[in-house]
Amino acid sequence: MRWGWHLIRLWSLLVYGFMFLPVAVVVLLSFNASQFGSFPMTGFSFRWFVELWNNDAIMRAFRTSIVLGLLTAVISTTLGVLASLALVRYKVPGANAISTLLIAPILVPEVVLAVALLLFLNFLGLHKSFTLLLFGHVIFTLPFVILVVQARLVSIRRDVEEAAMSLGASPVQTFFQITLPLMLPAVLAGALFAFTISFDDITGTLFWKPGGVETVPTQIFAMLRNSISPEINALGTVMIVMTVGLPLIGAAIARQLARKSGT
Amino acid sequence: MSVEAREARQPWILLAPAISAVTLLLLVPLIFIVVYSFWLRTATGADQVGFYLDNWQEALTDRFYRDILFSTLRIAAITTVVCALMGYPAAYFIARSRGNKVILLLLLMLPFWISYIIRTMSWINILGVSGALNTLLMSVGIIGEPINMLYNETTVILGLVHFLLPFMVLNVFVSLDGIDTNLEDAANSLGATKWQSFIQVTLPLSLPGLAAGGLLCFVLGAGTYITPLVLGGPRDAMFANLVFEAIITQLNWPLGSALSLMLLVVLGALVMIYNRYLGMAQLMKGLG
Repeated sequence: MRWGWHLIRLWSLLVYGFMFLPVAVVVLLSFNASQFGSFPMTGFSFRWFVELWNNDAIMRAFRTSIVLGLLTAVISTTLGVLASLALVRYKVPGANAISTLLIAPILVPEVVLAVALLLFLNFLGLHKSFTLLLFGHVIFTLPFVILVVQARLVSIRRDVEEAAMSLGASPVQTFFQITLPLMLPAVLAGALFAFTISFDDITGTLFWKPGGVETVPTQIFAMLRNSISPEINALGTVMIVMTVGLPLIGAAIARQLARKSGT
Repeated sequence: MSVEAREARQPWILLAPAISAVTLLLLVPLIFIVVYSFWLRTATGADQVGFYLDNWQEALTDRFYRDILFSTLRIAAITTVVCALMGYPAAYFIARSRGNKVILLLLLMLPFWISYIIRTMSWINILGVSGALNTLLMSVGIIGEPINMLYNETTVILGLVHFLLPFMVLNVFVSLDGIDTNLEDAANSLGATKWQSFIQVTLPLSLPGLAAGGLLCFVLGAGTYITPLVLGGPRDAMFANLVFEAIITQLNWPLGSALSLMLLVVLGALVMIYNRYLGMAQLMKGLG
C-alpha cells in the first residue's frame, strides 16, 4: 500500500502543477522584453509595467474597480454583519428560511441574477450605470459576507458581553466597546472577501456596466478581443499580486488583532 | 413597550436591511422577468406589454436552443467528472498528509483568489500558436509547425476545470477531514486491506462532500459564458452565451428573460434535488 500513497502524492503534485503553471507563465511573460505577449523570452524587462502605468484606459479601469470594490465592501459588510448578528445572537423564528433567503444570490446562476436585476431596475427607470453596477455587486457579495462573518461570530463568547452589561455598560456601550472589537477580524474578513469578489467579477459586470465604463476584468476582456498583448500579462501579474497579497495581508492583520484582543 | 417585545423586535431591525436588499434586488426582479418573458419585442420602440407565448415557444421548440442546452449540460457534466477525478485524490492527500494541512489547502485555494479572467486567458499563453507548449514542442523538434490547440470544446472544458477545481477540493477536503480515522483503523484491524477500508468506509463517508463539490462545479460550469468566449471557438457557445446575446447584443429582452428562466429552472431543479436528499448544510460548510 506504500506505493498507493506515493501514487496519490504524485497525482496531487500534478494537480498543484496544473493549478499553478498557467499563472506562473503569465507572471513570467509579463517580464518578457519581446514586443509580443508570447514566447520565446527575449530578455528581462519592466517595460510592460511602465506601459501599463501610462495606459489611461487601464488606469481608469483600476480606479473604477477600486472605488466599486470599496463601496461594495462597505455596504455589503454592513448589511451582512447586522444580519449575521441577528442570526447568531437571537432566536429568530424561521431562521433557516431566512438564511436560505440571504444566501439565495449565490444559489441563482449569476447570469440569471444579472439579467433579472438589469431588466427590473431598467423598468424602474434606473438604466445601466455605476449605481446599478454597485447594486449588483452588493447583492452578489452579500451571501459570502454573511457566510464568512457568521462562521467567525459563532466562536465569540457571549459571557464577555454579559459581564460588561452586568457591570453597568449600556447595550450600545457594550456593542462598541466589547462586541465590535471582538468581531473586528470577522468584519475585516467579510469586507476583504466582498472587495475581492467585486474586484474580480466579470459575469454580472458585463451586463450592468454602462458603455464606456470598464472595470479591470472587463478591460482585460475587451483587450483580449485583439490578441494577448504583453500589457495584459503585466496587468495579470498586478492582479495576481493584489488578489493574493490582499487576503494574506488581511489574514496577518486579523491574526494580530485576534492576538491583541486575547481570543 | 415591554422589554420582551423590544428584545423580540431587535433581530428584525438587524435583519431588515439585508432582507430588503435580497427581496428588492433578487426576488422581485426574478418575478419581474417571469412577467417580462411574456411580453413581446417590437422592431421599434418599447416592448409590447401583454401575455404572449411567442418567446417561450421559441425558447422551448427551437432546435438551436435545445442543442445548446444539451451541449451545455454535457460540458458541465464532463467538467464535474474531471474535477472529481483530479480533485478527490488531491483532497485525500491534503486530509491525510502529515505535513501542514492548512498550508497545503491554502496553497491549492490560492488560484481561487486569482482573477477568473486572468486564469482563463492564461491558457492562451500555454496553448496558443506561440504559446509555451508549441514553443517547447518545436524547440525539441517534435513538430515543425505550431499546431492550433485553442478555441475548441476541449479548451473550454480545460478552462472550466481550472476555474472550478478548488471548489471540488475544498468540499471533499472538508468531508474527509471530518471522518474519524479510528473508523479506518478499526476496519483495518478487523482484517480489511487499506483499499477495502477506503472503498467501504472512507469513500461512502466522504460522498456528501463529493456531492457538494460536484453540484457547485456543475452549476457554476453550466452558468458561465466568459470561458466559452475566451477559450472557445464560434461554435462552442454555451447556454449563458445565448442569454448574453439576446440581452446585450440583440436587445431582445423578453426572449432573454425566457432563456434566463430556462437556465434557472434546469439548474434550480438540480439544486432542489440536492437539497432534498443532502440538505444545504454540507454546501455551506464548504463555502464558509
